[in-house]
Amino acid sequence: MVERQAVPVRKSRFAHVPDDGAKLKMLHFMKLVREIEDRIERKLYRQGRIVGGVYVGRGQEAISVGTAIHMEKDDVVAPSHRDMGVFLMRGITPRRIIAQYMGRRAGLTRGRDGNMHMGDMDYNVIAFVSHLGDNVPVAAGAALAFTQRGEKRVALCYNGEGATSRGDWHEGLNLASVHKLPVVYFINNNAYAYSTPMELQMAIPDVAIRASSYGIPGEIVDGNDIVAVYDAAKRAIDRARSGLGPSLVEFKTFRMTGHSAHDDAGYVPPALFEEWQRKDPILRFEKALVDEGVLTPARIEEMQKECAAMIDDAVDWAEQQPFPAPEEVTRDVYYEGK
Amino acid sequence: MPVTTYLDAIKDGIWEEMEKDDRVFVLGEDVGIYGGAFKVTKGMLDRFGPMRVIDTPISESAIVGAAIGAALVGMRPVAEMQFIDFISCCFDQIVNFAAKCRYRWGAGVPIVVRGPCGGGVHGGPFHSQNPESYFFNVPGLKIVCPSTAYDAKGLIKAAIRDPDPVLYFEHKFLYRRIKEDLPTDDFVVPIGKAALRREGDDLSIITYGAMVYKALEAAEELSKTGLDVEVLDLRSILPLDEEAILATAKKTSKVIVLHEATMTGGPGGEVVARIAEKAFEYLDGPIVRIAPPDTPVPYSPTLEEAFLPQTRDIVAAARKLAAY
Repeated sequence: MVERQAVPVRKSRFAHVPDDGAKLKMLHFMKLVREIEDRIERKLYRQGRIVGGVYVGRGQEAISVGTAIHMEKDDVVAPSHRDMGVFLMRGITPRRIIAQYMGRRAGLTRGRDGNMHMGDMDYNVIAFVSHLGDNVPVAAGAALAFTQRGEKRVALCYNGEGATSRGDWHEGLNLASVHKLPVVYFINNNAYAYSTPMELQMAIPDVAIRASSYGIPGEIVDGNDIVAVYDAAKRAIDRARSGLGPSLVEFKTFRMTGHSAHDDAGYVPPALFEEWQRKDPILRFEKALVDEGVLTPARIEEMQKECAAMIDDAVDWAEQQPFPAPEEVTRDVYYEGK
Repeated sequence: MPVTTYLDAIKDGIWEEMEKDDRVFVLGEDVGIYGGAFKVTKGMLDRFGPMRVIDTPISESAIVGAAIGAALVGMRPVAEMQFIDFISCCFDQIVNFAAKCRYRWGAGVPIVVRGPCGGGVHGGPFHSQNPESYFFNVPGLKIVCPSTAYDAKGLIKAAIRDPDPVLYFEHKFLYRRIKEDLPTDDFVVPIGKAALRREGDDLSIITYGAMVYKALEAAEELSKTGLDVEVLDLRSILPLDEEAILATAKKTSKVIVLHEATMTGGPGGEVVARIAEKAFEYLDGPIVRIAPPDTPVPYSPTLEEAFLPQTRDIVAAARKLAAY
C-alpha cells in the first residue's frame, strides 16, 4: 500500500462561494442532468427507444455543473462521457440531446454517432471519442491557439481516473505544462473504470499526485460537494486565464451505476453504493440550501417538476424528428461547401 | 529563376502560407531552434517567432492532438513528424479524432501532418517506411506523395489550405537530389489530380513518390528497344485520380502498378481493383504489381537494394507484360 502523499487539500473556507443565484442555477442543472439521464437510461433505453450504449453520470452531477458554471462564452470544453452538465450548461437543449440519443437528424451528430459522443463548435464543445484521454492533447491545442492569438480564453478538459493511464493523457499534460497553456484538467475519480478499481488502475491513491510530475498544481476535492467543486474549479480556471498555466483537479466521487446501461455493476460491493448514496450530491445540496433558507422543500418539488416537464417536452419533440435518410450515409466525410 | 530543391520547395510553400495567413503555424520535435532534423523549417523561428514555430516534447500524439485542438478553434497547424515512421505513435489521434470529426459532428479539422518517408538512404526499419497503406483505408483523410519540387510546393500549399486533414508524405531520398526552376507566382497543385510524366502507347506504369524516377528510368531504357511506356504519377493517393488511372489503362491496355510501400494491402491493390472493375474489357494482359516484399525495410545496403524496386525489375516486368 502506497502512503498517501502530502497533496494539499483545502478543507473549508472556500475562496469562492456561489451567491444564491448561482446556487439555484447549479441545483437546477444538477436536477436536470439527473432527470435527463434517468429518463435516458431507465426509461428510453429499457423501452428500446434508444439503441446502442448508454453511459450516465448518476452521482457525479456536481462535477460537470460546478465546473462548467465558470465558463465564459468563448471558453472551449472537451467533456468526457459522464459530463452531461457541460452540454446543458453550454446551452445545448435537452431536445437536441434526446434527438442525439435517438439517432435523429436533429441530434448533434445528425445520427452519425450516439449518446455522449456529441459536440458543437457553435457552443465551443468538442466531441468526445471513446479512445480515452485523446481529448487531453486536443484541449491543450485549443489552449495553444488562445495563447498564440493573445486571447483570454481557457480550455477545460474532463476525464475519469481510468483515462489517466493512457499515454495521450500524459502527453497532453506534459505539453500543456511545458508551454504553460491555459487549460484545466478535471478528473472525475469515480473509483471504477468499467470493472477495474483504482488499485488495479494505478499504484497511487490519488490522481492529483501526478500533477507534481508536470510541475503543475494538483488538488483533491470532494466531488459530491458542489460548493467545493465550484471553488476549486474557479481557482484553477482563474489561474489558467491569468496565464499561470494548467492545473489538475481531482474530484473524488462514485459511479452510482454500472459502466453502461447493460452493466449491473455486480463487482461493486453493495456497501459502497450505500455509503455513497448517503453522499448524493443533489440531496446534499438541497438539504444545505433548505438549511440556509435559500429554498423550501416545496420549491425543490417545483424545480423537480420543471425539469421533468422539460424532459417530457424534449422526448416528445425528439421522437417526432426524422431519422437521417439512408442516402446521407456517404455525406460529409470531406468538406462539401457551406 | 533560382533552382529550388524538393526540400526547399516544401519549406518555401509553408513559409509563403505563413506569411500570408496568421493562422498557419508549425509544431514538432526540433522544428524551432534546430530548424528540423532535415532543415525543412530552418529559419522559421527567427522569422515567425516561438508562437508560430513550436518545439514540442517527443510526443507525436500530443503534437497531432494539439494540432487538432488548435484547428478546431480556427488555426491551420502544420505538424511535423521527424520521420514519418513515428506517425504510428499518433495513429489514434489521426484516424479517430482528426479523420472523424467532420462526419460525426460537422467540425472541420484542417491540419497537415507531414514528414520524411521512404528508403534508399540506409535508414533501416524505423527511418525508411512508407506508411501510407495504414491510412489509405481511413475515410476522412487525404494523402499526398509529391515527386517533384513543383508538386512538393504546390501540394503543401494546397494541403495547408485544405479544410480537411491531409497527410503529406515527402520522400527523403528526393530532398536534395531533385530540383527545378519554380515559377514565382502563388501556385497550388490540386489534391486528387495525377500528372502524366511521360506519354506512351504500349504500356502504362502507374506510380507515385520516388518510384516515379525509377519508372522514368525504366521507360527510357525500354524506349531503346521500341517499347513506348506511359508513366502516370498519382501525386495524391487519397483520393485517387480514378479518371486518370482509367484513361491510361484504356489507352495502353497493359498496366504496371508500382510503389515503395510493401506489397500486401498497399495502395496498388486498390488501383488494380478499379481498373479490373471499370476497364476490364480494355486490358490485353494481367495488371502487374511491383512493390517491395512483405518485410520490414532492411538496413544493410545489399538487403535494402533487394527490398526496393529497382529499374531492372521494372524493365523485366514491362518486357514480360509487353510480350503477353
